[in-house]
Amino acid sequence: MAKRIEASNVSSYYGSFKAIDSVSMTVEPKTITALIGPSGCGKSTFLRSINRMHEVLPGARIEGRLTIDDQNIYDPDVDVTAVRRMIGMVFQRPNPFPTMSIYENAVAGLKLNGVKKKSLLDDAAEKSLRSANLWDEVKDRLDRPGAGLSGGQQQRLCIARTIAVEPQVVLMDEPCSALDPISTLAIEDLMFKLKDRFTIIIVTHNMQQAARVSDKTGFFSIEKTGDPGRLIEYDDTQKIFSNPTQKKTEDYITGRFG
Amino acid sequence: MSLIEREIPGVVMTPDNIRSKKLPVVTNVLVAVAAFVVAAAVVLGLGIGNWVLVVVLGAALYLVGLSVVAGRIEGRRAARNRTMKSLIYAACLLAILPLASVVWTLISKGAARLDGDFFGTSMNNIGARDANGGAYHAIVGTLEQVGLATLMAVPLGVLGAIYLVEYGRGKFAATVRFFVDVMTGIPSIVAGLFILSFWVLIVSPWFNDGQPRFSGFAASLALAVLMLPTIVRSTEEMLRLVPGPLREGSYALGVPQWKTILRVVLPTALPGIVTGVMLSIARAAGETAPVLLVAGGAAAINMDPFAGNQQSLSLFVYQQAGDGSKFAPDRAWTAALTLVALVLVLTVSAKLLARRNKLSR
Repeated sequence: MAKRIEASNVSSYYGSFKAIDSVSMTVEPKTITALIGPSGCGKSTFLRSINRMHEVLPGARIEGRLTIDDQNIYDPDVDVTAVRRMIGMVFQRPNPFPTMSIYENAVAGLKLNGVKKKSLLDDAAEKSLRSANLWDEVKDRLDRPGAGLSGGQQQRLCIARTIAVEPQVVLMDEPCSALDPISTLAIEDLMFKLKDRFTIIIVTHNMQQAARVSDKTGFFSIEKTGDPGRLIEYDDTQKIFSNPTQKKTEDYITGRFG
Repeated sequence: MSLIEREIPGVVMTPDNIRSKKLPVVTNVLVAVAAFVVAAAVVLGLGIGNWVLVVVLGAALYLVGLSVVAGRIEGRRAARNRTMKSLIYAACLLAILPLASVVWTLISKGAARLDGDFFGTSMNNIGARDANGGAYHAIVGTLEQVGLATLMAVPLGVLGAIYLVEYGRGKFAATVRFFVDVMTGIPSIVAGLFILSFWVLIVSPWFNDGQPRFSGFAASLALAVLMLPTIVRSTEEMLRLVPGPLREGSYALGVPQWKTILRVVLPTALPGIVTGVMLSIARAAGETAPVLLVAGGAAAINMDPFAGNQQSLSLFVYQQAGDGSKFAPDRAWTAALTLVALVLVLTVSAKLLARRNKLSR
């Protein structure tokens, strides 16, 4: 089910400001791809372009082609909600819906998209919470508010919520930056588990994390403030972290820059 | 010696000396007693006022005395802190005083007519010498007018606010927002005049064989005009407080925007929206001028808000307070008490309802 993503010459704008400049990369199905780079280099913007979340902000637009299994998601006749159902997203800060319980949060995507049958929802809730390694911790208090969980649990709840709608691609925007090392490890384990079913792209500032979890790594960078971000190097993670082609990548990875 | 110690004389607490003297409670009380004794001596000795002036002057002297004494004992920073704190407490007391006074006056004067007659009968055929008579017709009128106004203003206002926050971009939204702001400042009598000239004089004749006609509905139109901007503005503020990532979280699940607004944004903002709506209802229930202009007031019970004169509680208070009968003031007070109690009950129950939907923390 997992899908291949192909970006060719994708440029994203905020109004007249160009945030990323013609990024091209291919992400194979059932892999984990890490995007690294200094703050403000456009990796989150690129990630948000993949499920058309970029255009939620006023004035934001995009140029270039972005295809999921050879369908351009920026074609004018594409239904944006269908794209987002296919490409789920986990955000930097856990954002469970505050008015919903743990159970309701887990199946929010299904319920809000019109699934009504209780048995289906119950199954999906358990399945997704189990996939997110959260079931054992919350199974006795599914009716408690989702916002009452700890930060790491909330983030896993958000992952459960995302995979409950059975997307083909999961985007993660620094999912562990607000979490402690134990919760981070839990989420990394989870990513390995999810790799069998989904294509995963993760933005991270933690290079050990990128090296640990990903198959491929893309390094983004900017020349100076105000310039658009560019994809400097994109290769196997092993290669990026041991023997990068670009001087810039090496500098960043060894900590001499950024 | 640290930089702070050198540069700011009189700092008592320093890294080397983290203890400071505290003003003993006894001294505090002594200052208070002295202040009031001096105030009493001055005021009563010179014969320039009564106990009210003694209390006011005493309080002022106490504040001054306390800051001087505390300055001597505790140092400047602590004394300033104490003075500001006392000023804030004093301001708080002053703000509560009128409120407590209003509530007390209402209860003490309004209790006289809290009887079955008052809540069960109207003013029909009640003459100047009759001690009975009631506000049943006014209560019915207020409930119907405010209820209808709420039914019209709340959906319109909430939808308008949703437009402004979620969809409105560019010039049109800015214009709408500007006019909503302007509407906030409309005096209630102007809203009444507008409905009088538009609804009562132009539209209502169509429904009444060419004769213009007062009605409770006209009053509710005027009240809705007054409620609308308050509801739009408060709802707008509440919707803006809903964090963006929450909306994005919902979009990321493939939920369309309208459903995100309906199922995620609105529930999150609901308690705040309810508070805004209740404020506007409270304001509308207290309006007298528009009701007088377009519903006309009545002495008899009129259950039909769409035909004929109707009374309202605030209008009832206004008329009874100006009535020549010696029994009228009692009715006015009780009606005022009823109005306040009604708004209070509505507000509390609406808050409870809004909270019940929320999950228990």
